Amino acid sequence: MTPDAGPAGVPAAAVRSPRALRRARQRASVRRFWATYRRQRAGMAGLALLGLFLVAALAAPLLFSADELEVTKATGEVLAPPSKGYPLGTDEAGRSVLALVVWGTRVSLLVGVAATVISMTIGTLVGIGSGHFGGWAGGILERLTDWFLVIPFLPLAIVLATVLGSSLLNIIVVIGVTSWPGTARLVRAQTLAVESRPYLERARVLGGGHWHQMTRHVLPNVMPLVLANTTLTVAIAILSETTLSFLGLGDPFRVSWGSMLDNAFAAGAISAGAWWYLLPPGLCVVAVVLAFTLVGRALENVLDPGRR
Amino acid sequence: MSSTQEAALASADHPTPRRYAGGGLGTYVVRRVLSAAATMLFVLVFNFFLFRLLPGDPISLYTRGRNMDQEQLRELRRELDQPMLTQFVDYLTNPFSSGVDSTQFSRPVWDVIGDYVWPTVILLSTATILSAVIGIAIGIRGGWSRGGTFDRVSTGTSLTLYAMPEFWLGMVLLILLSTGVGPLPGMFPSGGTITPGVDKWSLDGILDQLWHLFLPALTLTLAYLAEYALVMRSSLVDELRQDYLTTARAKGMREKLVRRRHAVPNALLPTVTLVFLNIGFVVSGAITVETVYSWPGLGLLSYQAIRGPDIPLLQAIFLLFSISVVVANLVADVVVAAVDPRVRA
Repeated sequence: MTPDAGPAGVPAAAVRSPRALRRARQRASVRRFWATYRRQRAGMAGLALLGLFLVAALAAPLLFSADELEVTKATGEVLAPPSKGYPLGTDEAGRSVLALVVWGTRVSLLVGVAATVISMTIGTLVGIGSGHFGGWAGGILERLTDWFLVIPFLPLAIVLATVLGSSLLNIIVVIGVTSWPGTARLVRAQTLAVESRPYLERARVLGGGHWHQMTRHVLPNVMPLVLANTTLTVAIAILSETTLSFLGLGDPFRVSWGSMLDNAFAAGAISAGAWWYLLPPGLCVVAVVLAFTLVGRALENVLDPGRR
Repeated sequence: MSSTQEAALASADHPTPRRYAGGGLGTYVVRRVLSAAATMLFVLVFNFFLFRLLPGDPISLYTRGRNMDQEQLRELRRELDQPMLTQFVDYLTNPFSSGVDSTQFSRPVWDVIGDYVWPTVILLSTATILSAVIGIAIGIRGGWSRGGTFDRVSTGTSLTLYAMPEFWLGMVLLILLSTGVGPLPGMFPSGGTITPGVDKWSLDGILDQLWHLFLPALTLTLAYLAEYALVMRSSLVDELRQDYLTTARAKGMREKLVRRRHAVPNALLPTVTLVFLNIGFVVSGAITVETVYSWPGLGLLSYQAIRGPDIPLLQAIFLLFSISVVVANLVADVVVAAVDPRVRA
């Protein structure tokens, strides 16, 4: 943050261009937001945990060479408990579980974030559309949301993933296109609330078109809610990736936490008592999902202090 | 958070305009039934076109990974070569008899499914009832003394349980209590519903089945109760600010009675609705947990259908799950409307 960008209301801002003024205001509101967020202990813990996993995901190639993931180049014993060279033991092919878990972070985070982008985009578009347009167009979008809300998520995702075939892109698309209705409903409710305010009436009277109303007035007011919802959606998307990969619908050529659990289950890690193979990927899922949930709840608290 | 929960929360946050006059229950029920029928139709149409419009040759999709002789292939192709409209009309008149047999079992899909329904119903109803009762109790205790030790511990535990993939929890319990780790001996069976050779209906048989039910039911109960506890807590916290509680206290009512007779009944509604709405989420849990415990229900059958892949079977299971959810939603709407006139808007 540069020191010269004073908060809104500081006299110096008055001589700047409208754009600079707007930027200064935005910066000030971000700073206010951060000051409130920082007081949320659980939210900060979640943020720190996420940072840790992000570092692990980025640094994976530096920590372990990709060769360690090759079944044919595995050097360890099969399903061996933790030892000096293998701090978390080995899997059924003799690979280091630690290396697999660290590399798995990449796929799990990537799928979680990418699927959420798709889901949020669809959810926001449909939500704003169904809230803004009355009549048949809004009605159809609303019904569509209700219908997709009813169809059970996992069976639908399974069916789509089976039909499309398993690849990284497909699993992202499948999770993205099946998880939007919750967001759409939330955004719709918020859109309706915004649309009933006088400034929207003013915009309409002054001749603002649908596009102008939706992008300039509704969207900025809906965004904070979408933001809080995003982190919660990432959590669900990561859980979904784990579940779908466990069911064998993930990318067979990439290591993710879900595919590790799938392999562990298929290799009989349970009856072999190989806890070192089961615990790390599962604990990572719990940690990341919990972190996203904590951040999401903290964001909600900041945006809606009444619920604290 | 499941999408159903989000929806429940969203509707709790933005209640529909309240009408205390209590619109006619009859009209409301009729409207809900019609809307459920429309949803059902959508599910049917969606289910039909999903498998026909997606890219790829349907024949190769239906037969992926298995050997079929020329005669079977010709039969299948003849069926799928009919005009789309004819197929669609056939399907709509009897959606439960898609002409294609299960590719794994070589029997009509609905015959296969029939054998797997009961174990799932038993497992899911046990887990749902237990998790709702325990979850609501935890939510009440935590929400009433908000910020206390119990509240903090239970919220933390619930959030952690909520972040767990159910099947992973199942595998951990299995390795702890069935395989046994270190000094801990294995106490529970690793799968199935009954020890082979035991009579199902004898006293021993029933105890044996309960013994088999314990771990899968425990897993699902833990997985579901977190959500109920969190929602119950937050709706009770919302009630705490209401004036009628102050009134009740001002009348000199004991704290316990204020909670039991005033706050809890009002806060219960969103959670009870959620229990019904959650059936889609419950079903999802069953798919993986039944797989982990080789519990011979629809979840395990879904897993086998995925691994096949057995598309006709998968399609039928999808239809069955979707219809159960539509019906459960309808029941929830009607029950809630009967209890609470405010929602009949």
